[in-house]
Amino acid sequence: MGQFIRGASAENALARLESVETLADLQSITEALRDQYGVDHMVYHWVNSDGEQFGCGTYPQAWVTRYLDQGYLRIDPVIKGCYQRFHPVDWKRLDWSGKAVRMFLQDARAHGLGHQGYSVPIRGPNGQFALFTVNHSCTDAEWETFSQMHRRDLIMLAHDFNHAALRLEPGRTPREATPLSPRELEALTLLALGYNRAQAANALSISEHTLRVYIESARHKLGAQNTTHAVARAMQRGIIVV
Amino acid sequence: MIRFIYGDALADAPRLADSMFRDRAAQFRDRMGWDVTVDAQGRERDAYDDLNPLYVIWEGADGRHGGSMRFLPTLGPTMVNDHFGHLTGGVRIESPLIWECTRFCLAPGAEPRVAAALMLAGGEIMRGFAIEHFVGVFDARMVRIYGRIGASPEVLGSVGQGRSLVAVGLWSFSAAAQARVAAQAGIAPARSRAWFEAAFGPEAAPARAVA
Repeated sequence: MGQFIRGASAENALARLESVETLADLQSITEALRDQYGVDHMVYHWVNSDGEQFGCGTYPQAWVTRYLDQGYLRIDPVIKGCYQRFHPVDWKRLDWSGKAVRMFLQDARAHGLGHQGYSVPIRGPNGQFALFTVNHSCTDAEWETFSQMHRRDLIMLAHDFNHAALRLEPGRTPREATPLSPRELEALTLLALGYNRAQAANALSISEHTLRVYIESARHKLGAQNTTHAVARAMQRGIIVV
Repeated sequence: MIRFIYGDALADAPRLADSMFRDRAAQFRDRMGWDVTVDAQGRERDAYDDLNPLYVIWEGADGRHGGSMRFLPTLGPTMVNDHFGHLTGGVRIESPLIWECTRFCLAPGAEPRVAAALMLAGGEIMRGFAIEHFVGVFDARMVRIYGRIGASPEVLGSVGQGRSLVAVGLWSFSAAAQARVAAQAGIAPARSRAWFEAAFGPEAAPARAVA
């Protein structure tokens, strides 16, 4: 675990998130990314604005069925810790005490789930709610290393999944992505021209921190994983020209 | 001590919440003359309070509000994006790694260290939740306070001069800034970490280890 290097295959899986058309597409992406991160499970589920639930991920079907049959939603500390919240949660920080919760965890482990987890809650538009989770079995020290290395990527990934899922909502009216402002376009253009951050900030008469925020906002709007990817995507789409 | 409380849990701390909204009325309406809405009970609330934000609140020994600030993710409605786009070069600041911090408020007569303690708590949020920046709107008075506690933001843009200045600023975490505000607050980082853990859980839950 933790040997994940953001290579061509990962970029590929992330690029596929952009063109997701069915739940099956999302499902196969969770499987690919689970393998690339070398973790036991990756799960994304959401409740849409009409209260309907959807899910995809690598938990065994027997566990999903068991979870629903037992009504575990009511006692699952992850749900309790994430519902109506917007901060990411390491499962370590949740309250796993109490008999019902301990039995729940035992049952989960018997079904092949790990005891480590990192969950990112998302509040979407119109009451949409989603949860993205990576689950694994390893020592606390190994998990700490993994989560320190990847938590930022996992948070971004959670939002990419949500973006893809929102496109699947039935009867949804397509909403244009937020257009980039002239400042964001200028910043990306300078980076595309080979300026480094300091030079680009200088050319725009802004601080490097401000530049970072402009680029980070542009990255998010473009659905890109990093700055290089954002520049490439902006060029592909013809919104910047160098 | 510092409390981290989501809006939907404020009901569990009624004295603290009530005094926070009253102190906000005192600061934003009475002292600064902002055009804010204050209800019949004297509490200042706006539309963003209805979005279940995360409040960071200094609770005095008497259980009352000593100072506070309010956080929301920038992927939802924010004050900066809804009303202050002209101060950010027209850039809508949207990222899962950036939260908005607004309604930074100090109770009348608050101890000077309260402002620093709040910034220290902000650092716990950045570190604990992988947040890279806070963005927020502030005024001339806050410029002095942030400067005094060693947590001056990077200014993205501003309008007005002197007392009528309104600016959008940006905070990032750095070990140096943390050390400065910790010294100003007279609070060891280990203590602010303990307050964070009291709200969001300890790093290792003993009960889980035996499972």
